[in-house]
Parts: sequence; C-alpha cells; structure tokens
Amino acid sequence: MVDQPVVDPGPMLELRAVVFRYQDMEMRFDLAVAAGECVAVIGPSGAGKSTLLALIAGFEKPAAGRILVAGRDVTSDPPAARPVTSLFQEHNLFAHLTAAENVGLGIDPGLRLDAAGRAKVGAALAHVGLSGFEGRLPGQLSGGERQRVALARSLVRNRPLLLLDEPFAALGPAQRREMLDLVNALARDRGFTVLFVSHQPDDARHAAGRTLFVRDGRVACDGPTTQLFTPPLPKELAEYLG
Amino acid sequence: MKRFLALIPIICGLIALPARADDLPTLSVYTYSSFASDYGPGPAIKKAFEAECACHLDYVTAEDGVVLLSRLRLEGAGSKADVILGIDTNLTAEAAATGLFAPAGVDLSALKLPIAWDDKYFVPFDYGYFAFEYDKTKLPDPPKSLADLVAGHPDAKMLIEDPRSSTPGLGLLLWIKTVYGDGAADAWRKLKPRVLTVSKSWDEAYGLFLKGEAPLVLTYTTSPAYHIIEEKKTQYAVDDFPEGHYLQVEVAGMPAHAPHPDLARKFLAFILTAKFQDAIPETNWMYPVTDVTGGLPSAFPPLPSKTLLVTSPDVAAHRKAWIDEWLGAMSE
Amino acid sequence: MPGIAVALTLLAIVGGSLTALIATVPPDLGAILADRYLHHVLLFTSLQAGLSSLLSVGIALPVARALARRGRFPGRNLLLRLFALPMVMPAVVAVFAIVALYGHGGWLGWLAGGLGLDTGGFLYGLTGILIGHVFFNMPFAARALLAVLEAVPGESWRLAAQLRMSSAQVFRLIEWPALKGALAGVAGLVFMLCFASFTVTLTLGGGPAWASLEAAIYEALRYDFDLGRAAVLALMQLTISGGMLLALHRVLQPAPVSPGLGRAIERPDVVGRCRAAGDAALLVLAALYVGLPVLAVVLSGVGGAVGRVLGSGDTWLAAGIGIAIAAGATLLAVLGALALIAGGQRWRRWGSFQFIGSLPLAASPLAFGAGLFVLLTRLGGSLDDGLFLVALVNGFMGLPYVLRVVAPAAREVGERHDRLCASLGIAGWRRWQLIDLPLLRRPIGLAAGLVAALSIGDLGAIALFGTPRTATLPLLIYQQLAAYRLDQAAATSLLLIGLAFGCFAAIERLLCGPARG
Repeated sequence: MVDQPVVDPGPMLELRAVVFRYQDMEMRFDLAVAAGECVAVIGPSGAGKSTLLALIAGFEKPAAGRILVAGRDVTSDPPAARPVTSLFQEHNLFAHLTAAENVGLGIDPGLRLDAAGRAKVGAALAHVGLSGFEGRLPGQLSGGERQRVALARSLVRNRPLLLLDEPFAALGPAQRREMLDLVNALARDRGFTVLFVSHQPDDARHAAGRTLFVRDGRVACDGPTTQLFTPPLPKELAEYLG
Repeated sequence: MKRFLALIPIICGLIALPARADDLPTLSVYTYSSFASDYGPGPAIKKAFEAECACHLDYVTAEDGVVLLSRLRLEGAGSKADVILGIDTNLTAEAAATGLFAPAGVDLSALKLPIAWDDKYFVPFDYGYFAFEYDKTKLPDPPKSLADLVAGHPDAKMLIEDPRSSTPGLGLLLWIKTVYGDGAADAWRKLKPRVLTVSKSWDEAYGLFLKGEAPLVLTYTTSPAYHIIEEKKTQYAVDDFPEGHYLQVEVAGMPAHAPHPDLARKFLAFILTAKFQDAIPETNWMYPVTDVTGGLPSAFPPLPSKTLLVTSPDVAAHRKAWIDEWLGAMSE
Repeated sequence: MPGIAVALTLLAIVGGSLTALIATVPPDLGAILADRYLHHVLLFTSLQAGLSSLLSVGIALPVARALARRGRFPGRNLLLRLFALPMVMPAVVAVFAIVALYGHGGWLGWLAGGLGLDTGGFLYGLTGILIGHVFFNMPFAARALLAVLEAVPGESWRLAAQLRMSSAQVFRLIEWPALKGALAGVAGLVFMLCFASFTVTLTLGGGPAWASLEAAIYEALRYDFDLGRAAVLALMQLTISGGMLLALHRVLQPAPVSPGLGRAIERPDVVGRCRAAGDAALLVLAALYVGLPVLAVVLSGVGGAVGRVLGSGDTWLAAGIGIAIAAGATLLAVLGALALIAGGQRWRRWGSFQFIGSLPLAASPLAFGAGLFVLLTRLGGSLDDGLFLVALVNGFMGLPYVLRVVAPAAREVGERHDRLCASLGIAGWRRWQLIDLPLLRRPIGLAAGLVAALSIGDLGAIALFGTPRTATLPLLIYQQLAAYRLDQAAATSLLLIGLAFGCFAAIERLLCGPARG
C-alpha cells in the first residue's frame, strides 16, 4: 500500500475578521477551530457568546468578514445550507410533536419517513439512552430528557459542526457533567466538532479541550483548557472567575 | 399603568354634571334627537319658552318618535316626561290606547291643517308630505306619477327606507297601500327591481342620494327647499303625483302622570303660537300648522294636489300585517 | 375568585335584562316559532355570517403570516393602527365610505367606466355585505392572529431555518398549532358580530332579504313593543352565536405550546425574493382594502365644513365626553377581561369563560341594551347617570375583544411561570402585580386601544342612554346627517377618525412603552 500524503484538511471552522454590530457594541471575531475539537465558550453575560454561535449558524449576518466551515465560505449562506446543527437552551422541540417526530425532523422537515428513516430515529434515541421514548410528548419528558432528544436529532442530521448554546443550564451539576460526557462520546463517535457556550467554567474544565474566554465582543483568551485554568490566570479571566 | 389609573377621578368629574342652582321648575320634553339638536328648532324654542314661563326646559331625546312612545311605555307612571313631542299620526291611536296620555285641553282654533283635526289628546306641531326627490341632472325624465314610478323606467333606481325602522319608510308603505289596496304586494314586486337598496333610516338613504348612488330618493316634499335656501342648489326637485302624497302630521301630547301638568299645558298651547311655529320651516324643514310671520319661504313647494292618510286606528290594527306583506314581497 | 364574580355578574346582567323584557311583555312562543319570515331570516343570517367569517378570517390568516414574516418594515406601525380604524367608524360612516369606493358613483365604478366596463349594481346584495363585513372584521382578526405569531419562541424559527422547512411545513408544524386556539375565539367573535350586524346587512344587502335577526329584534322592540318577542329572538341569536363559539372551541383545541414571549421577532427561516414579493403584494392589497375607504372618509371630510366643525365648541365637548366614556369603558372591559382570564386560568376552562365574556355581544346588543334599560327603570334607577351607563354598556361590548387579544398571551405566561410562582409562593394579586401584568402589558395595551376605539365610535348605547347635553361625536354625526348637513357630518367623521387614531397611539404608548416594529 503506497503511503498517501497526509493532506491537512484545514480548520473545520474559521472566522476571519468577522464584525457584528449590536446596539452600541461592536464585536469582532477571529478564530479557527480544528476538526474534532471540543471548544468551550465562556464569559460574562452580554459578552457575545450566543451571538458568536448565531453568526456561525447563520441566524445573524456579520457586517464584515468571512465565515468558513469545512473549508467552504458560508458567509452568505442561509442556515439550512451550512453543515451546522444548533441546540438552544430551551425550545429545541416542538411541543405538539412526539420525541420520534422531533428527531425525525432532522431527516425530513416534512416528516415523511420511510422504514429506514424510522429505524434511524430509533437508533438515535437509543444512542442517547432514550429507547422506548418514541411516542412521548415533550411535555411528558424531563428537561434533561428533552435535551437528549435534541441531541438525537443532531445525530440523525449528522452535520460535522455542533453548536450548543447553554443547553444544560437548567440541569444540576451531576446531570450536566453526564450530558457533556454524552456529547463528547457522540462527537468522538461521529467525528463532530463541538462548540458549546456555558456560564459554568466547571463545564469547560470537565469537557472541553480548548476554551475561549469572550468579553466585550472579543475573544480575550484562547487556549487549551488546562493551561488556561492553571495559575497564573490571565487578568480578565481571573476577574471573571473571582 | 399608574398614569392611566389617575384618569379615573377626571372621568368621574366629567360625568357628574352640575346641578341646577335655582328653584325654578324644570319642564321635561321628550323629543327626537334631531328636533333637539343645535340644527333643529329645539334651541330657539327652548329660549323662547323659558323667557315667558319662569321655568327651565330640558330635552330628553330618543332616536325618533316611535322610540319615544316605547320609552314612555317602559317608564310607565313613574316617568318624568311632561311633554312627548314628535310622534306622528301613524302612532296616535296606539299612544292614546295605552292610557298614558291626558287630553291636551288646548284651544286649536289657530290650526291650519290639510285635514280636519278632531283628536283631543294631541296637538299637531308640524306636517309634511312624502315624495320622491330626484336629481334633475341625472334624471331628465323623472316619473310623473306613482303608477309611473311603479311601472317605471329601469334606469330610474331609487333609495327607500325600511318601514320597520323609519317613519318615511312606513309612510311609503301606507302610501302604496292606500293607492293600490289589495294590489299593494304586486306593486312592491314591480317596484323591487328598481330599488337600489333599503336603508335603516332617512339620513342614510338621503346621504347615498346626495353622493349620487341613485337618482331618486324617498323623502319629504320640502327637501329641495333646504338645498335651494341653504346651499343655493337648484338641481333637486320633487314632482306632484296625481294619485296624491301621503301626509305625516307630527304631534305633541301630555302624559297623564306628568310632574308639571300646568306647565305642560302651557307648553302645548305655546306650540300654536308664532314663537314656536316661526322656527319650524327653516329648521325642521316641515310645514307649520298655523300661519307664520312673513309667510312660508318661497322655496317651499305648493301643497300637493291630493292628500292621502290612513286613519290612526287603521294603522294600529293592520301595521304588522302590512309590514309582513311588504317583507314577503321584498324578500323574494 | 374575581373571575367567578365577574362571570356571575355578566350572567346575572344578561339574564336579568332578557328576563326583564320577557316579564314586561310575555312572548307568544307559538307565533314566533311558526313565523315563516323568521325562518328565512335565521337561515339567511346564519349563511351570511358564516360566509363573512370564513372570508374575514381566511384573509386575515395570510395577512397575519405575512406581517409576522416581514418583521420590521417602514410603515408597519402605521399599517397596524390603520387596521384598528374600521372599528371606530359608526356603521353609517363606514357604509358611506364603502359606497364611495364600490358604489355606482364610486371610485371603482369611475375606474371601470374609464376602461369601458360596466360594474352595474354589484354592490347591493350579498357581495356588499361580504365587502362590508370583511372591511370591519378582517383587520381586527389579523391583528389578533399576528399577536399570537409574535409570541412563538424565536428558537422555533431558527430551527425551521436550520432544518430547511418549506413555507408549507412552517405553517403545518409551527404557525398552525400556535394559531389554532386563538382562531376559535377570533372566528367566533367575527361570526357573532356579523350575525348581529344591522346597518351593513340592510343597506349594503339591498333590502330585507338579507337583513339580520337584529332587524327583527329592532322591529319587535320599536313598534310592536313586543318585548317578550325581542327577548326570545335574542335568545335564539345567543344560541346560534354562542353555539358557534363553543363549537369552534371544541374543534380548534389549542395545541400544547411551549411558551415563549416574543422579543422582536427575527425570522431566519424566511428566504426568497418570490416570497418577499408575494408578502409585499398581499400587505399592499390589505392596506388598500382597509385604507381606501378610510381615505374616502378623510377626503370627504376635508372637502366638507372642516373649519366650521373644528371651530364649534360643541364638537370639542362631544369629543371630550367621548374620550371620558371611552376611558371608563376601557377600564371596565380590561378589568373584567383580566378577571375572567384569571378565572379561566384557575379553573382551566378557557372556552367557558370566553363564552360568558362574550354574552352581551352574542345576545344581541339591542336587546341587551333595551333589557338593561327596562331593568334599571324597574329597579328605580335614574337615567340621569346616563353617561355612566353608556360607559358600562360599551365596556361590556368591548370585553370580548380584550379576551381575544389578551387570553392567548396570558395563557402562555401562565404556563411558563406557573411552577416557578408556585414554588416561590407568589400568588393572587401579588402575582398579577409582579409577574403577569408587566409581561402582559403589550397585549393589554393593544386591547385597551381597541375598546377605546369601539367606544368612541359607538352609536347604540349613547342613543339609548344619552341626553342632548352629552352628545358624543357619533351622535353629533347622526344629528348632522338628519339635518341635511352632510358636509359637516363628513368633517365630524374625519375628526372622529383622527381622534381615534390619536387615542390608540396614546394608549399604546402609555401601556406598551415606545413603539417597536
């Protein structure tokens, strides 16, 4: 077998000189994330963490700059065209659809599933530990279970970039760690790249290989999590952690 | 929210009307709202009467004459009405039959009506004739008689009123009934295609007429006089129908339980004096029931050649049946 | 508790007023039920009301969707305020406006004549009735439905964008479940209004063939003094209208919603120029449909004796009285509706409370007014407090509107915060003060504006209970029309519309905060 030259596929996600204006704040992001990384985005409220994710997903349009996902320029692409799956803090599921239907939306937004599709849905729910929950309505699930259903949907969508915006904020510490472990396991399994926003620095320490500290619309600190949290801490991070 | 709540005292203040300060008695005259409005004879009459009666005069208004009677019936013996002014001859028999009225007891010698007046309960205060007014510029060849109107020219669309809700509407119903008798339903059927629409009240129909929706409208013979005198417009006219025109006489009466019967009788007598009657032609646009100072305005048309009137007891007895007949013919 | 109290009060008042009518003149049931014209009227009124509602709501739905999709655009606020105007107009003014547009001598006829077409008398008949009813009701329905759409959580739209849902899928999976519940109430209200409509069905309908049950009630009250018959007819009206409302609630059960309180609504799911063009066209058409008649009123007013009307002290007095009455009516309607909503929340019986709140409207405003009159005179009340009574009646008539606009939002606030409030021990009045009212400010503000508009344009209650010293603008218009003074009536109508517009702006500002897109 001839050795294939290893071609560096480039970063999975790149933000080049992306500028976004919100009220009287100007945000500016410049960063690159390699494939398979799990990155935590932390920082004070109003710093722009959620906005960063919204820009990547395409829910907000930058005033300037370019966004590249998997090497492709997606700056002017609508959300559906980007290889991204988003999970929000709440309202990830439609309350009048069952868990299976909610997951099925990831395969076909019109919910026309054939047997193979339904099997995929079942498998995804099993992966997140919810086999048998197909027929339940979101109102009948706990907060953690609802977020797992949303994760199952990200599995069937199978997009390489997974963006999580404080999805586990309403859960207790043990449950949060459990969910983050699940996310990591799924991501490693499928090769997803994960960015997650949290206002709990412990989440970063527990699950993320890399941490971005966002403040006043800019990435103030960026580095491997362990290094970042080892004293001496950068000044702003120290202020934030108190 | 708090600012909103602060408005409440202001509202209460506005609603509480100031009470009278002196001891003069107050004569309550129930009448229809266009009589009492600033555009009608009401203010002038009030002023003239208060000058000679040592009292206050208050108008209490209702939509029209018919509602006046209903209101009196609802209020019953406890009603504060001293005078009811504004029902017409179609209603007088019913009104008398309620037993709520006392004889007027007024000298009627100055009365000049097209018909003989022998009702002792009510005093007429004005009268008018119903007619079809047309726009000369839109209808160069108008119908010249009732038969003409009924048989008529398909382009001569007309606007009429509903007899259930309007006195001119009822007037037309009775007019057709008088002329055609048992053939009235057929006459209506023949008329129907040329009725553009039926309005709830005179003002709607007349407004639509003035806006040019149709060239003919059911109204009073004196309507063109308003436009000639007030607006200097001569394009509107009314023709005299040889079959005759239906008469409407408006009357006033005194409820039997009036709180101020002497004052009420004084007012009823006042109706036949010049100070009241002079105000009628150019504010109510009807004919006065006595001679007026300076005579009638020249723009008022001569009285129709023939007067039609169904006696009040007849109206009371047959009105429902006749209206039902009209409804039947018009709903087909 | 206050919910039950208000509900019982309403039942008592409506029941009492109808009973008063029956007691005064007992009805001849046999004759009533056998009356052939009555059968005709019931059939035709139901038909006309059904068609009108279908059309009004059927048009309001896409208009509301388009408004929700377009987010902020220049003129959006103006359009929404324009949509509240038809309710202000007294029926006769609106009839004139519609005729000015679609009648023989109207703009459309003139336009068609120029193109060589003959529009004939198409207006006077069922067409006219439908045009009139859609003019009155579609705008309100669109506003109410828009409020529901704006309350859908932003995440749903983002999901729709990311999952690449088509417009049809967005409707099926997001918009329709959100709208279903509110639709029952809105469609029911429109049906009630069209069923009880008098002037529009008579004049634009071309005659008594299409005239409504309300006309028959009017006839019974006026000439025949057959109060019992009027009450029985009103009960029939109540049965049909109320029955329709309850049926709609049964059929259009609100779907479970995950509550969200709309922030400024961004719609990343909406793409495509075709769609934008389609929405724009629809909104322009809707604006023209509602705006042109209003423009007709404005133009004829401007051409009229504006100077004389504005210079007259009576006009301003009438305006002031109208505002005072409107304030009272609004307060009553809002408080009553909030109490009923609280009751609905507590007892989880939304449909019933909404039905009770709509009773005075469903049971024929005429009969209700007359019955109230009788009740009061029998109870020895003095009609010197006329204005207070006018405010009362207007408040009752406005209550159903407040319910339609505020209830869906209140429901969501409730579901969102119920558990939190229970765990923190916040209940009763304190909960309303701290949680519900601040969060419901916007819908309450909108609803208050609607009731104020209705009250300012009302002619019924003031004609019944008012006195010449206390005329309001609609009564003044009526008096001017009756005295041949069309030009002054036109000018007063213009003033009325301007005043109403000013009122909404003021109320919305007061309660909602500065206008957002």
